Amino acid sequence: MAAQAITQRVSVVRSDAIQRLLAFGALIVLFLVFSLASPNFLSFDNVVGILLATAVNGVLALGVTFVIVTAGIDLSVGTVMTLSAVMTGVFITNWQLPVPLGLLAGVSTGCLAGLVNGTVVAKMKVPPFIATLGMLNVARGLALVLSGLKPIYFNDTPSFNSIAMGSVLGGVIPGLQIPNAVLIFFFAALVANWLLTQTVIGRYAFAIGSNEEATRLSGVNVDGWKMGIYALAGLFSGLAGVLIAARLNSAQPSLGLGYELDAISAAVIGGTSLGGGEGTILGTVIGAFLISTLTNGLRILSVPQEWQTVITGTIVVVAVYLDIVRRR
Amino acid sequence: MADELLVRMLGIDKRFPGVHALDQCRFDLCYGEVHALCGENGAGKSTLMKVLAGVYPKDAGRIEFKGQEVEIPSPRAAQKLGISIIHQELSLMRHLTVAHNIFIGREPRRQLPFLLDERAINRHTHDLFESMHVHHIDPRTVVGELTLAMQQMVEIARALSLQAEVLIMDEPTAALTDTEIEALFGIIRRLRDRGVGIVHISHRLEELKLIADRVTVMRDGRYVATVPTAEASLDQIISLMVGRTIYEATPELPEQPSEEVVLRVRDLKRGRAIRGVSLTLHRGEILGIAGLVGAGRTELARAIFGADPIDSGSVEVNGRLVHIASPCDAVRHGVSYLSEDRKRYGLALGLNVEVNTGLAALKKFLRWFGVVDFSRARRNAERIVEALSIKTPSLRQKVKHLSGGNQQKVVIGKWLTADSNILIFDEPTRGIDVGAKSEIYRLLNDLARQGKSIIMISSELPEILRMSHRILVMCEGRATAELDVRQATQEKIMYYATQREATLDVA
Repeated sequence: MAAQAITQRVSVVRSDAIQRLLAFGALIVLFLVFSLASPNFLSFDNVVGILLATAVNGVLALGVTFVIVTAGIDLSVGTVMTLSAVMTGVFITNWQLPVPLGLLAGVSTGCLAGLVNGTVVAKMKVPPFIATLGMLNVARGLALVLSGLKPIYFNDTPSFNSIAMGSVLGGVIPGLQIPNAVLIFFFAALVANWLLTQTVIGRYAFAIGSNEEATRLSGVNVDGWKMGIYALAGLFSGLAGVLIAARLNSAQPSLGLGYELDAISAAVIGGTSLGGGEGTILGTVIGAFLISTLTNGLRILSVPQEWQTVITGTIVVVAVYLDIVRRR
Repeated sequence: MADELLVRMLGIDKRFPGVHALDQCRFDLCYGEVHALCGENGAGKSTLMKVLAGVYPKDAGRIEFKGQEVEIPSPRAAQKLGISIIHQELSLMRHLTVAHNIFIGREPRRQLPFLLDERAINRHTHDLFESMHVHHIDPRTVVGELTLAMQQMVEIARALSLQAEVLIMDEPTAALTDTEIEALFGIIRRLRDRGVGIVHISHRLEELKLIADRVTVMRDGRYVATVPTAEASLDQIISLMVGRTIYEATPELPEQPSEEVVLRVRDLKRGRAIRGVSLTLHRGEILGIAGLVGAGRTELARAIFGADPIDSGSVEVNGRLVHIASPCDAVRHGVSYLSEDRKRYGLALGLNVEVNTGLAALKKFLRWFGVVDFSRARRNAERIVEALSIKTPSLRQKVKHLSGGNQQKVVIGKWLTADSNILIFDEPTRGIDVGAKSEIYRLLNDLARQGKSIIMISSELPEILRMSHRILVMCEGRATAELDVRQATQEKIMYYATQREATLDVA
């Protein structure tokens, strides 16, 4: 019995490990191929560029991972991010309020939008796909309305830009000028991992995704937790909104469409099951890196933009297919 | 007629990762025979039949069909040979009509090939049912509106329309009432008389005498014996199945429960399902609820538990009027519900034993800020596994890999963790093999002795009579009788469950 227990544990560890190895291996292979193909690829600036590109999509993917683990979906993360960015701009530039207040406004906007998603899904029982599709359009429209269809620039507040593009790390270790946005992403990933694996919200997310009805009949307030989880996804979108605004030094109201699909792709490549009940933050982070590395590398190799999309699309399907094969 | 071999399986071997599911198994089936396949859960009955039906490929062995060796690599190949299987979980498309379900994939067409010949489909279906002597199913009904028993008839009709000569039925009677079972057996007998070979997998041993010509017993993936039903006693078959003497609960009527009322339900109503039911439950008591399928027993349990809203009525727990609007409220008042459908309503199958045992009471294992104290959760799970002797290789084992009995124990463990004092068991032993059944019985008795109060819904009258202190009989949403177990008999219960003269031609 004891021996059996040990083999069992080993096999559990193995299947998890293989999944991460697969995505991680693909990432390494990409790095090798691109660095052989172009000497510029492994340059410090380019790697920082990849990290920066990952940061925004990565933060979105973190939030969406929680929702997907519950067997839900959030299509609104991209435009909610934009709305949050615009709200930050409205607070800081239009209303001349202090920067911290602007940050708070951005993150709260995201959280609020998520809460609305959660309410519509959990209380009104609208399927997540439809509820968040609605929010996608609502947030997009509101972003355009609030900004008056024009970008809002943060030229009066240089400290805002440094939130993303300054380098605290560079100050401590000279030469390692890694932008704060990247650090913020890693920190957010650590928090997300902690929430998903160590806390009650994570455990209920898995339980709801695995069997929602059984979870409800266990006396868990499923509706409440779902609202919380969608709000959490919204909070991450808000954070992404602040990051992208700070990075571009402007809130671009027309941006954001298509970001939700990259975020979902990142989670799925990382092994989060759209059927719910499965997923890891590490996987999502690797998935986000994979996507931005691919985009970056293909651009360096001067592959036209339109072909880049073809390739990323293929990769997502292949990744999910490999995951299915692995499970057999 | 009954000695010509239709199917012969020899030396069948099948391994799944970590399990030797079938070890040199054999089985044969004659024309015009009902051959029962018995064994505890995990004995390999379903696996063996899925090999025959092409669901699983065999690792080794030989299958002969009408004297010729055949390979059956897919369900389609099996169908072509005339081997049909009716799975335990029916596989019908709920939104399509009866006729469309039967002819899916081979619908009669009109001249233009993309136009379905609706009339022909319905006529063929009608003829099929006529040939089965089933007259109450309209081919145009949407399957989702049929009862489980009628859906089963549809599955049988589908098999017949495929010219099945071998019909495998995996636990066909598990969800049926006695009348429905009798109707099903009528159909099975008629098919047998037409020369169809029928494999009947069942947990209900008392059925064997009624329907089976021969019984093959399996244990732990191995063939044990084949005996003609007429010559074997039930006791013999049981001892072949378990390979040991089983725990027979001495009908020690547990000491009388205390007079203290822990649960009082008054005039509960919910639509047409529950039309005014009142009941009381004492500390340390097992209250059995008997009734036919559709009597409203499950609906009553779910309503008390807050899983479904009620129209009117009141619930008192420990003498205090409480408002239970959701399972969340019920758990707070120490009321729990163990569904008959564990897989759908009781367990998060894809998650492990530890998570499942903690699901109803995660709050007990939290530190500051919603952080789960994993060591405490694990210790609790260890305690539960130990106390209920759950057979699992580790706490990290996914619940879906456990046997039915052990899954049921995980659900019980979940509620013990939540400190529930009132446990409502809905068909606690459904789909559980003989050995594990007696363990569950012992567990219920222990719980009652420890002062837990139990409501047990069951369709098996011997089970009700053996376990309960008092019996509430329901019929069509009403409580028709409350019997003390000392004066209750199967006949009496049936009388009240039907509200008319008890006609017990079954069993």
